[in-house]
Amino acid sequence: MALVKDILRTMDYGPSPESSDHVRAWLGRHEDGFGHFIAGRFGEPGGLFDVFDPATGERIARASRGAPAEVDAAVAAAREAAPKWAALSGHERARFLYALARHVQKRERFLAVLETIDAGKPIRESRDVDVPLVARHFYHHAGWASLIESAFPDTRAAGVCGQILPWNSPLLMLAWKVAPALAAGCTVVLKPAEYTPLTALAFAEICVEAGLPAGVVNIVTGDGDTGAALVAHDGVDAIAFTGSTAAGRAIRKATAGTGKTLTLDLGGKSPFVVFDDADLDSAVEGVVDAMGCDQGHVSRLLAAEGIADALHAKLRARMANLRVGDPLDKSTDLGAIVAPDLLDRIERLMRAGAEEGLDIWRAGDSVPARGWFYPPTLVTGVAPASLLMREEIFGPVLVTTTFRTPDEAIALANNTRAGLAASIWTENAGRAFEVAARLEAGVVWINSVNLFDAASSFGGWRESGFGREGGKEGLFAYRVTDAPSGKPYPAKAPALAALPGTLPAGEGAAGIDRTAKLFVGGRQARPDSGASYGVLDPQGREVGLAASGSRKDIRNAVEAAAKAAAWASATAHNRAQVLYYVAENLSARAEEFAARLTAMTGASAGAAAAEVDASIRRIFFYAGFADKLDGAVPATRAKCLTLAVNEPWGVMGIVCPDEAPLLGFVSLVMPAIAMGNCIVAVPSARHPLGATDFYSVLDTSDVPAGAVNIVTGEANGLALTLAEHDGVDAVWYVGGAAGAAKVEAASAGNLKATWTQTTQVDWPRAEGREFLRRATRVKAIWTPYGE
Amino acid sequence: MDQAADKALEGRNRPRNPGVRLDPSWFESVGVNTSAVERRAATLTTRRSVKKEYQAAWLVKALTCIDLTTLAGDDTPERVRRLCAKARRPLSDDLLAALGLEDAPPTVAAVCVYPTMVPPAVRALEGSGIPVASVATGFPAGLMPLRLRLEEIRWAAGEGAAEIDIVITRAHVLGRDWTALYDEIAAMREACGRAHLKTILGTGDLKTLRNVYAASLVAMQAGADFIKTSTGKEDVNATLPVSLVMARALRDYRERAGVDIGFKPAGGLRAAKDALAWLILMREELGLPWMQPELFRIGASGLLTDIERQLDHYATGRYSAAHRHAMA
Repeated sequence: MALVKDILRTMDYGPSPESSDHVRAWLGRHEDGFGHFIAGRFGEPGGLFDVFDPATGERIARASRGAPAEVDAAVAAAREAAPKWAALSGHERARFLYALARHVQKRERFLAVLETIDAGKPIRESRDVDVPLVARHFYHHAGWASLIESAFPDTRAAGVCGQILPWNSPLLMLAWKVAPALAAGCTVVLKPAEYTPLTALAFAEICVEAGLPAGVVNIVTGDGDTGAALVAHDGVDAIAFTGSTAAGRAIRKATAGTGKTLTLDLGGKSPFVVFDDADLDSAVEGVVDAMGCDQGHVSRLLAAEGIADALHAKLRARMANLRVGDPLDKSTDLGAIVAPDLLDRIERLMRAGAEEGLDIWRAGDSVPARGWFYPPTLVTGVAPASLLMREEIFGPVLVTTTFRTPDEAIALANNTRAGLAASIWTENAGRAFEVAARLEAGVVWINSVNLFDAASSFGGWRESGFGREGGKEGLFAYRVTDAPSGKPYPAKAPALAALPGTLPAGEGAAGIDRTAKLFVGGRQARPDSGASYGVLDPQGREVGLAASGSRKDIRNAVEAAAKAAAWASATAHNRAQVLYYVAENLSARAEEFAARLTAMTGASAGAAAAEVDASIRRIFFYAGFADKLDGAVPATRAKCLTLAVNEPWGVMGIVCPDEAPLLGFVSLVMPAIAMGNCIVAVPSARHPLGATDFYSVLDTSDVPAGAVNIVTGEANGLALTLAEHDGVDAVWYVGGAAGAAKVEAASAGNLKATWTQTTQVDWPRAEGREFLRRATRVKAIWTPYGE
Repeated sequence: MDQAADKALEGRNRPRNPGVRLDPSWFESVGVNTSAVERRAATLTTRRSVKKEYQAAWLVKALTCIDLTTLAGDDTPERVRRLCAKARRPLSDDLLAALGLEDAPPTVAAVCVYPTMVPPAVRALEGSGIPVASVATGFPAGLMPLRLRLEEIRWAAGEGAAEIDIVITRAHVLGRDWTALYDEIAAMREACGRAHLKTILGTGDLKTLRNVYAASLVAMQAGADFIKTSTGKEDVNATLPVSLVMARALRDYRERAGVDIGFKPAGGLRAAKDALAWLILMREELGLPWMQPELFRIGASGLLTDIERQLDHYATGRYSAAHRHAMA
């Protein structure tokens, strides 16, 4: 024992280990290994793999590697439990969620210690951050369970959800996924990360304690193969995944065409932007917080040139003061790296950095010899082109670069494929919100970092994934509108008549010869192919020619759409005015459009007039909504303004079906542009002339050049190009199942959001909030305040 | 000044802060984000833990940093004499033995009184090496003519006070009249002679953390040897967020001027765990030198008793009661 008089000289903190006896006893009880938790009970352990304490490198448990048979059994159990669980009243489900929250609280210390032992994160973080947030998440969603029917009318539970967890914050991620699923009436098959399965298994025991009906939550442990089996399983209706971008991409491909709802929360390279008027000391604390939390969520520091040196000096001083070591010690700041291969990865990346000649500074070398640790590290002067600026490092490594102006800061911050989160430090509120608005990130923290709350949704943009977790937005993934009863679209679209001189003229072809061109960047453009195809009436007679658009035309259209981004920053009122103007001009030419529809589709005069009229109404509807899709101000923390802002995707590709050539086009395009997207629309291939006539309406209605681009041609081919295009942020596809599957698979490239519809739409009724929601993405902006 | 005070000056205090020219750019360009400061302050004590013998040592350390204070209208020379007796011998022999500190029994850092109580305090502490600190300058409001406030300082210093705790004119901060604030403190420093100047900012009156930061820097530029949060008479006294901002100001001043200035939170620190919290703040933000009485003081009266109770618990394993410890 140290002597008081000696301690008086050093003033060391001394050891203060959190007791782990109860957790060790629990692990001892499961010495033979953990089985899977299926249908309310633990199965026999089998195919065991080792689970380690990263702080010691010692094996602490063994868990079972889930084979396809076990995944089958778990999905079957979830399927069996699903109807009854979904049929419970919201109140009854609320009671279960409330019980889960209470039980988590009753076991808070146990769960915190277990998480720390399994994941290597400091006990302070598990105890003060993760576990309280877990309880909060279940409480919050107990509330949603009660409210679900009133808050989500005309929807039903999505069914069986396959949920796959990461190794950072495993229990919190479990809560993020399980709580909303259960509240919405879904049942769950959960696969925790191979490195960190233990808190999920402890949670299974909590489910039993709380009396959750068997099969509502099932847990299958295992590795990536187990996860892949779950993703591929036919009995799963929805997949929620948090993990690497590469795995997310594979899941996107694997689920393409299956109709499974998909939520992806993937990797980030989140910028931490410090302006010259920031509270530098507080920014340094923010960096330290971010380093500890989730190891790598925030890893790119962008500092204003004028303060960069001062900031780096403060950072070095602060980082030198961080305590790296036993995660169970209450005075530990940075715990262990969860697995040796992740430590190897950090070391490999740092070697690459050193080879690039980067200035790498490590805070001391006092990391424990035993276990897997890495010291806090600062790498300054890292160019955007450097590997370290682009790769997610997953360790206490901060890479920095400098900027000269706010514009440059934004450009650097957005110079990444990821878009998970961002942190902005400035004492100027105007600047803070300007930058927050322009950052491509799903969550922006102003003068703060890593604030979380169940009421505010989290989710990445760009290649950091899609879908939200938490808040009202987070429930959409678990509630579905009943599938429309329409027939499936034909798998194969009829070939377009591209050969000249083979077609008899139809009725609409009289007058001066006109060939519908493409509409790109506000101008009519000839197709790159130099070819056109005949547009036929139902009798097979040609009523006109349409341009055969191709890859290059899509490329040009996407470029034009990207250039028109100012449309998004026009006021919503302004956009509404433009839409009303479109409706007005369409109305003035209603008869002409109706005649064209009749000529193309053979629709009766009455039906054609009705379609035009419905189109005008629809435009009015979205003009009316343009300034009314309000965001939200979720009730999160005290003295914190948290915003959920609906923002447009940016560039959207919209592929229309053949039927209702005008109303279908209008129904898809109008909500998208009402929200500020710039679009590339592929109209009905068979009946494109309603849309191509429409561009003169757009032209005369003050729709800015490039906001709407129209490319006619073979729809599935053009759809695929759009889906593959990395400059397209979202694609809507209405058409055959095969085309939809291709679009979804191709979207994995940049992980753009897709919305596909493969059964015929009831166009007269196809309007509403869902279209607007699908035309937007949510950005959460956190602004803690105080004088 | 008697020899004891001389010795105290050498032993407890560092060389005086010479001050620098008033330069508002040192603080006007610095951001202080209240919410972020509050969050840091809130987690300071959850990120560090001191247990068992370490906790005992930390509490002894806190004790040695206490300016044992009585600042009441009913103070009498006798009352001050009792306080000084406690200051000399804050821990019982039993406790000293249990702590292994018989050979070097700790004392408090100073005794802090009103000016007219300086003479009895100086007499009572003679030979102890414990300096007497006197509040001055129309404490606690400070709204007396400057001439009289300076005279009060000179009087207290002349009576043997080795440290003078002055209050600033809060109006100068609220009105952003940095020159007036600087000149006032510089004049007070001058009036102190050899005594050390502790500058009370009255942070509860300054309200914003930016004001606290700015006032801290002006006080140091004007030559304060310590900056102190509060008189103990404001509505809000020492808080961790305010102290965090002042600690950062100390760090920034040190970086620019190369001089270490002391810090004294006062008012509201009553529990042993408060003392630990502030020591953690000092260690984390400033380091070991700011955990010594030369650069860190706690202005308190009741705190000592709670520290004794906690040390007693450490020594005996039983929870203690206040009446078991000698009162001040």
